[in-house]
Amino acid sequence: MRNDPDQKLSADHFVADLDETPVKAVDAVDESEKPRSSWNDAWDSMKKRPTFWISAVLILFVIVVAIAPGLFTHTSPTRGASLPDSNGGPEAGHPMGFTLQGLDVYARVVYGAQASLTVGLLATIIVTIVGVVIGSLAGYYGGWLDAVVSRIGDIFFAIPTVLGAIVLMSVLPSRTPLTVALVLSLFAWPQIARIMRGSVLGAKSSDYVMASAALGVSRFRILLRHVVPNAITPVIVVATVSLGTFIVAEATLSFLGIGLPSGVMSWGNDIDQARSSLRVAPMPLIWPAAALSVTVLSFLMMGDVVRDALDPKARARR
Amino acid sequence: MLWYTGRRLLQLIPVFFGATFLIYFMVFALPGDPVAALFGDKQPSPAVIEQIRAQYNLDKPFIVQYLLYIGGLFTGDLGTTFAGRPVIDELTRAFPITFRLAMLALLFEAVAGIVVGLVAGLRKGKIFDTSALVVSLLLISVPTFVIGFLLQYVFGIQLGLFRTTVSSQAPWSELVLPAIVLASVSFAYIVRLTRASVSENLSADFVRTASAKGLTRRRVISVHILRNSLVPVVTYLGVDIGSLMVGAIVTEGIFNIQGVGGTVYRAIQLSEGPTVVSFVAVMVIIFMLANLLVDLLYAVLDPRIRYAK
Amino acid sequence: MTTTATTPEQSPRASSTAPLLEIKGLKIGFKTQAGYVDAVRGVDITMRQGESLAIVGESGSGKSTTATSIIDLLPGTGEVTGGQILFEGRDLTKVTPAEMQQIRGRDIGYVPQDPMSNLNPVWSIGFQVEEAIKANGVATGKQAVRARTIEVLKEAGLGDADQRLKQFPHQFSGGMRQRVLIGIGLSSRPKLLIADEPTSALDVTVQRRILDHLESLTRDYGTSVLFITHDLGLAAERAEKLVVMYKGRVVESGPSKEILANPQHPYTQRLVAAAPSLASRRIQSTIEPTHAHAGEIAAEGADDAELIARAHQREEAGKADAEYIRVDNLSKTYRIRQGGFKTTELKAVDDVSFAIPRGTTTALVGESGSGKSTVAKLVLQLESITSGTVKVGGQSVGALRGKELFDFRRRVQPVFQDPYGSLDPMYSVGNTIAEPLVTHGVGDRKSRQARVRELLEQVSLPVSTVNRYPSELSGGQRQRIAVARALALKPDVIVLDEAVSALDVLVQGQILDLLTDLQTELGLTYLFITHDLAVVRLIADNVAVMQKGRVVEAGTTDEIFAAPSKQYTRELLEAIPGAAFEFGR
Repeated sequence: MRNDPDQKLSADHFVADLDETPVKAVDAVDESEKPRSSWNDAWDSMKKRPTFWISAVLILFVIVVAIAPGLFTHTSPTRGASLPDSNGGPEAGHPMGFTLQGLDVYARVVYGAQASLTVGLLATIIVTIVGVVIGSLAGYYGGWLDAVVSRIGDIFFAIPTVLGAIVLMSVLPSRTPLTVALVLSLFAWPQIARIMRGSVLGAKSSDYVMASAALGVSRFRILLRHVVPNAITPVIVVATVSLGTFIVAEATLSFLGIGLPSGVMSWGNDIDQARSSLRVAPMPLIWPAAALSVTVLSFLMMGDVVRDALDPKARARR
Repeated sequence: MLWYTGRRLLQLIPVFFGATFLIYFMVFALPGDPVAALFGDKQPSPAVIEQIRAQYNLDKPFIVQYLLYIGGLFTGDLGTTFAGRPVIDELTRAFPITFRLAMLALLFEAVAGIVVGLVAGLRKGKIFDTSALVVSLLLISVPTFVIGFLLQYVFGIQLGLFRTTVSSQAPWSELVLPAIVLASVSFAYIVRLTRASVSENLSADFVRTASAKGLTRRRVISVHILRNSLVPVVTYLGVDIGSLMVGAIVTEGIFNIQGVGGTVYRAIQLSEGPTVVSFVAVMVIIFMLANLLVDLLYAVLDPRIRYAK
Repeated sequence: MTTTATTPEQSPRASSTAPLLEIKGLKIGFKTQAGYVDAVRGVDITMRQGESLAIVGESGSGKSTTATSIIDLLPGTGEVTGGQILFEGRDLTKVTPAEMQQIRGRDIGYVPQDPMSNLNPVWSIGFQVEEAIKANGVATGKQAVRARTIEVLKEAGLGDADQRLKQFPHQFSGGMRQRVLIGIGLSSRPKLLIADEPTSALDVTVQRRILDHLESLTRDYGTSVLFITHDLGLAAERAEKLVVMYKGRVVESGPSKEILANPQHPYTQRLVAAAPSLASRRIQSTIEPTHAHAGEIAAEGADDAELIARAHQREEAGKADAEYIRVDNLSKTYRIRQGGFKTTELKAVDDVSFAIPRGTTTALVGESGSGKSTVAKLVLQLESITSGTVKVGGQSVGALRGKELFDFRRRVQPVFQDPYGSLDPMYSVGNTIAEPLVTHGVGDRKSRQARVRELLEQVSLPVSTVNRYPSELSGGQRQRIAVARALALKPDVIVLDEAVSALDVLVQGQILDLLTDLQTELGLTYLFITHDLAVVRLIADNVAVMQKGRVVEAGTTDEIFAAPSKQYTRELLEAIPGAAFEFGR
């Protein structure tokens, strides 16, 4: 049959009204919206969530407290102890009461933020840098480099972070926040490296990497400019959460007595010192514990928000 | 399957030697006198120092030390504790207690975690889901020892429902509260993991096909969604055993349980370095073996792994 | 005002003329992040028992949504917002979940698109088939169920069915998995089978066999089949009735032959015009060739010697041009490590030879595993040659290193298939197109920006696209950008690896038109890799058919299509759906 306008259409042949079904031009670009990169997209979706704002405010608050504790209290956390005040309840000027030694709990909580946050931040930074570098190189170049790195990573991975830290801290002569951070990083880097390696392996086989190679871009430049930026997303999420878990790890070490020395003010130490009188005076334990928990919680919430925002499946739905 | 098991065992060997070597290295090869380092602030008597030197063969070259130590591990000679008892005896006595504690904790976290996670994933966005998320976040944020203290205080001291410390025989009933404490953080992670997995599988193609076959909703959920969601949870359990060990040290310390963790806890408090090192080395080995078991379980659950490469 | 055919008045008892399926005014909406989206906006479809009907449309037309809504399998965010779905007189939008479970599988079967993701990877094939049989009451009792399962698998064409029962989906090939899914869908001899793009994920020759198989089974059982497809040719071949959907509405419906011969709605007309499987000749460019060679022809006032010299020159250039790309005995062997210390060799390309004249398009056609993509990578020097030579413009590329290789890259550029992976999502469009210029140090910032604008115009994209990111653009637009990037360094050759395979038909047509125009304008030579013989007819001057790493047959497009000499080529040609129809244009 040929395309014959005079040919009669059969009774079954239905054609829709042209007004109701206008046919648009094929594949036109929508110029009305502002250009949006995937970072913009992520930021937009994060902005909408209340969890983001709550955790952001909390994090900033804790950071400020850690940097400038003097802004929040004029009471000294280490001096002015008077035994009659031991385990005393809250009074004017001392809203959280007194520790066993008669020191002001509130001041100690405020000043304790610094040590905890320093350890957490340092450990996260070290672990992320080491993990990203090692993971990218191993995943991208493969071969014997990957084999060796994976084996080494497996060995460190076989020792749970805090267990390894316990052993190492037991033999180290000096204990500073930096030491604790380094020790924790030593056992925690394989996790980040593994994630980065997996992510790089995925990005490595993308067509845009092949296209850049066909242009003559050097292998290393491709790694730096194309692979890493696309592969780093899961690491960002894990790093945010790690900050929180490192703070908990430090507190656990201090609680066990092999974290920061008892002279250094940290939430973990304070909790440890308050446990002996838990029965009679729970508050000197509860306040630093609450501060610790709230800090960690804010990082965890932020980690959740960031992960949802960067989720590739959510992006692909656009 | 046998092939896969064999491969995993082979892979374990270099890791075993590497990890034990690493621990040994950290303790004995760093600059400084290892004995002094091991005891920290304490000053042991010269007799004890001599004993330690002999026990760890500190007069011999490092590699020989290490090999002798590994040899000792295989023959069951792990040295002696500060109190003069052989470590292996301590271990044999303490291990069953910690094992009971760990099994209880695993039971709690797996069963409760998967059930809660499943319901939360199926009702995403609704009240149950949101509260499950909040509770799990809180449990992860609060350190285990704080949870331990809190529960000990509330249930033990205030309400008097549970004993605050556990007797030396540590029967199952007394281990319930400590097991809950130990399981709490892992429970939270499992809830989140299961929830994410279930929610992802809900919209999976094969689930749609299963429904299209005419299967009841209940069957689709249990046979297809839940079964497939278990796989990442099992993977997580492998890593979790490590945190359970750390948790055990803390929990047994708080509840005064005479298990492996409690021994390590006391040894740390008393600055008994050698005991700490021995016990940790054994814990690491157990961790590796447990991971191997988990890998095998993973292969059982996911046939693609069994036949890979 | 619609012109639906009215069913003749019948007494209710004459059920043989009552329609099996009647969709009336169906409306479906989705909740997305961007708000509420109307996917289906009032669709009417009627099917009778024993009929076959195909719903045709591009992506976003609502065809899959309509089909899955029949058995209430919309994704969680979708819901039916209006209209009725009458199956044997019953409104399926109003039945209870328990009733729907009964209907699914038993009365209405479903065959999904992608066989890999539609089978549960952790359960054996036997388990998954048995499930369906038990759930629909086809057989009861362990023995009977097992027997029926084996029967279903045998019908599906799996020879040693009792062995296969315990195997898992990943151990089956794509075609076999699809057969299993068909078997599951038909296991209870349903009245209606919904087949959602049942063969799109498969190789072409496998497609034909599977569809033939499906046809014979449904004929035997008297099952009505509702096809969903984007391929007009396939729809015409396999279905008596056709429904064309566009943006959630039905634009035309009726007997399929009639619609293809006489499309009335402008959209249908476009589809028919663009469908590659129904095409009959190569796309011609409307642009006047500005190529340099054309100018040499008009040489006036030159003396004899000069003319002869120029003629010689032309002949030489012609000869060089006749085989601008020359591939001789090309082979590529991969060594694959099999865990432990064993390595096996895989010969991906085996002694392949062909030549491409300058300014023309040669297509390399083959199914998966034929080695065609590997040949592309070898020509692009993205993989190393094991043996043989590749010459571009007389220069042997296999031996190039360092600076020479770097310079060579300016002459041969790729366009890859996957529009969602061929552009770096973190790079803006402008930076992506400029990357070649930056890498080769061409010009300064200003001149590069100007060149980027020029290139965007050449691919018919608005200049404002320069600041956008790939995630904001459609598949066709992204491919245009990939083409623009390929053109940035003014190459002589473009290697297109399945460049249009992932695009909708109309968009595909646009890109092919663009490519043809560019070829004429810039004198480009194309190596076009594809699995789709139908597209080859539209775009290629010469064809080489590949199978298992070897060239099976080669010649001009007309030769190959009119008189294929090898069996495999004939199979490929016959596999083109709809090729049997004749259409005047």
